[in-house]
Amino acid sequence: MTGLYFHIPFCAKKCPYCDFFSVSYHKETVSQYVGAIIRNLSAYAPEEMVDTIYFGGGTPSLLSAAQIGEILNACAKYAHLSDSPEITLEFNPTGERTQYLHDLRTAGINRLSIGTQSFSDAQLSLLGRTHRAADGIRTVMTAKEQGFDNLSCDLMLACPHQSEAVLAETLDILGKLPITHVSAYLLQVEEGTPLSGSSELLSHLPDDDTSVDRYLQTVRTLAEFGFQQYEVSSFAKAGFESRHNTKYWTCEPYLGIGAGAHSCYGGTRFQAKRDIAAFCTAPIQPTELIDPSPCGTEERLMLALRMKRGVPVDALTLQAQKKLPLLEKGGYLRAENGCVSLTPEGFAVSNAVIAALLG
Amino acid sequence: MDSQKIRNFCIIAHIDHGKSTLADRILEKTETVAQRDMEQQIIDNMDLERERGITIKARAVRLNYRAQDGELYTFNLIDTPGHVDFNYEVSRSLAACEGAILVVDASQGIEAQTLANTYLAIEHDLEVVPVVNKIDLPSADPERVCEEVENVIGIPALDAPRISAKMGTNIEQVLEKIVTDMPAPQGDPDAPLQALIFDSYYDPYKGVIIYVRVKDGSVKVGDTIHLMATGSEFVVTETGYMSPSNLINTGTLTAGEVGYIAASIKSIGDTQVGDTVTLADRPCEEPLPGYRKVNPMVFSGIYPADGAKYGDLRDALEKLQLNDAALTFEPETSIALGFGFRCGFLGLLHMEIIQERLEREYNLDLITTAPSVIYKVTLTDGTVQYIDNPTNYPDPSVLASAEEPMVKADILVPSEFVGNIMDLCQDRRGTFKDMQYLDDTRVTLKYELPLNEIVYDFFDALKSRTRGYASFDYELLGYAPSKLVKLDILLNGDIVDALSFIVHADKAYSRARKIAEKLKDNIPRQLFEVPIQAAVGGKIIARETVKAMRKDVLAKCYGGDITRKKKLLEKQKEGKKRMRQLGTVEVPQEAFMSVLKLDE
Repeated sequence: MTGLYFHIPFCAKKCPYCDFFSVSYHKETVSQYVGAIIRNLSAYAPEEMVDTIYFGGGTPSLLSAAQIGEILNACAKYAHLSDSPEITLEFNPTGERTQYLHDLRTAGINRLSIGTQSFSDAQLSLLGRTHRAADGIRTVMTAKEQGFDNLSCDLMLACPHQSEAVLAETLDILGKLPITHVSAYLLQVEEGTPLSGSSELLSHLPDDDTSVDRYLQTVRTLAEFGFQQYEVSSFAKAGFESRHNTKYWTCEPYLGIGAGAHSCYGGTRFQAKRDIAAFCTAPIQPTELIDPSPCGTEERLMLALRMKRGVPVDALTLQAQKKLPLLEKGGYLRAENGCVSLTPEGFAVSNAVIAALLG
Repeated sequence: MDSQKIRNFCIIAHIDHGKSTLADRILEKTETVAQRDMEQQIIDNMDLERERGITIKARAVRLNYRAQDGELYTFNLIDTPGHVDFNYEVSRSLAACEGAILVVDASQGIEAQTLANTYLAIEHDLEVVPVVNKIDLPSADPERVCEEVENVIGIPALDAPRISAKMGTNIEQVLEKIVTDMPAPQGDPDAPLQALIFDSYYDPYKGVIIYVRVKDGSVKVGDTIHLMATGSEFVVTETGYMSPSNLINTGTLTAGEVGYIAASIKSIGDTQVGDTVTLADRPCEEPLPGYRKVNPMVFSGIYPADGAKYGDLRDALEKLQLNDAALTFEPETSIALGFGFRCGFLGLLHMEIIQERLEREYNLDLITTAPSVIYKVTLTDGTVQYIDNPTNYPDPSVLASAEEPMVKADILVPSEFVGNIMDLCQDRRGTFKDMQYLDDTRVTLKYELPLNEIVYDFFDALKSRTRGYASFDYELLGYAPSKLVKLDILLNGDIVDALSFIVHADKAYSRARKIAEKLKDNIPRQLFEVPIQAAVGGKIIARETVKAMRKDVLAKCYGGDITRKKKLLEKQKEGKKRMRQLGTVEVPQEAFMSVLKLDE
């Protein structure tokens, strides 16, 4: 089974912490861009069954429902869709968008990943987000009313001034919303972003220990609300794990279309060039090879260890297996029933734990 | 060659007073080197020397000069190492000369090495010709400096040439002084050969090339030479003089001349600086005075950061030793650092130079242990041992007494910093000996100090307490009884042998605390807490803890971009190679190095 990923690199306003590739929204360009996506779909015409489709960004919710519909129609035309594909769209919770949500649902989108980030207005404005807490709540409620039964909310952790109480309030609201999934990210200061240049904000970032306290608070609280952690940053109610994102961790193929989109497809990893003009005009998106033979043992282990289900003990080298008792004693992982899986404390230091096991 | 027309001389100066620049100008003015061929400071031909502005090994060059009297003179300019570590080599270079140009900076005046080198020159009966350099600087005060030379050193200096080597001002005056003031060499060309080795280097094609000053007699190609100290004999394949760019084989050298001999000599150990060359079939009666075997004074373990580079390190040391008989090394094993070498050096600068050359010229990444001196210990059964590696220091229960090497240090410092320096010397267990005012603003302090207190970071500390103005020179005095203890460092409860060192009992606590703090700052947080302890004879005297790491995660993976995670994993693996795994603790190279610089 293959996943399809569409990268929509347009934003109304760039968030000060974000270092992903995106440009300002421009109606004409976006329409050309949608045409190019469809052209690429016809060019690639994936043979394998497609069971997930994901619109990521950027801000895919800047596309009109009609444009989304066109792309999904093209998917149906040029690819083989499975019976019940998971079709996700990243949604920016700004303004009153009842009609839009209705149209998206009608066009075939069945899962929304909503960029709520926080339900504290103070936090949202610190993060430079244009929406308020109420916008996030309303978007979720409206989407639910419009027939979305699979909703995910984004949550930003370790933000400036994010105390335990501030986070608790946000988590409490999350727990009451009719959602199935939460993606919780630790804020990372990326070089070159406006955040990295703001000494005022940087001085209020929590230190590593506090950041991890927030992370563990999140894991704990979400569990109480019925969201089980299944990956470093992902939490879901039973049966609502993101099928698309899971492909990333399990080395299943996905085809990324759009300027800057990543693919693991046709036996290689590659990335489309971050060049919107080139994407819009070329018959097929220009790409750069990242890895000619991906999904080797080490890569698989590295990715699989980010998931709660972990890896079989005997998939590890003997040398790595010898390290297990100590790491288990440190509370970083559990080795039981022939399986090794990281604990939440282990996820918080997963770079080091994975390096220890693969090094 | 008429020996009356030969002048053999060297240039002595404190660091940065312009020795090399003056040498360049002399080469230029004597038209030995065409301007366009001239690389700046041709005599210092090692990169490192040029960078540090110091001369590490002596070089010599022959120049021709048409003097104002119309005669053509042959100059042999012998360059001397400019640092205390190479004192013996300096003394042998001086012994090859009749005269010395003393370069003094027109604004800085006399410094510690000016004095040390001048006294050494006077000891060797050299005619010292003072020259005041850098008169082009706005702060230059040549009259004051000339007076200082007269008053402090006691040699006439009022008519000393005032020059700017940089601008080429008044260089002719220096050349004339060499002709008029310095004596021509004496010596009997018909006597048995007696020549002084003042330098040597290894040439891959010709074998060892020895630089000699012929005192008596002569040597020619085909002669069998006898090296008196080592007792070895060789047949001369080439002999002649050194032009600035290459060796000129003239086939013979006679009394008064400075030149080279090649004799298919395989090992530089056979050609010890200070040794006397004579002829096997007509030997001179006695060797020239002053020869001694050079012994290393400072020892340090040198290990490759990447254990796989052990062979490369050995090859590099062997190559360096070809040209540096004073460098010693033998294999050593450390539990913490694996396979490496115990290396012996003449002094601190020598050690730094070797380390830097290994890293730079041989592209090696090194971990070095704290420098150690040689301790003399007497065991309870009466046996005496010399210990150059703290790991081998005997257990206190079998130790009867311990002695450590002492040095006599001369420190020149502006008077405003005298207090700071006295505090420093006090702190380094120094014994005050004498203090003299050189003039209104400068003071020379004499201290006796344990060598072990100056091998760590004394020079840095000296500079930082005097805004860089202090200068310093030392010579070895001998051994003195001392209350020494071995300080062990434990990580996660295990002794790290490479971090053990010997310290005076009174300083064990403060040193232990500093080391523990340094290690804490330099060992990154890891998955498990790392206790750092310092112990003397099993008793813990300092303790720090590196807390366990809690956050090390890349959360984002938008759109299936796993490249950052892979890169990170690669980086971590690469980083691990630079780490030493001690039990469960990973110790970065920097942590081992950080304990070498404790003075903040």
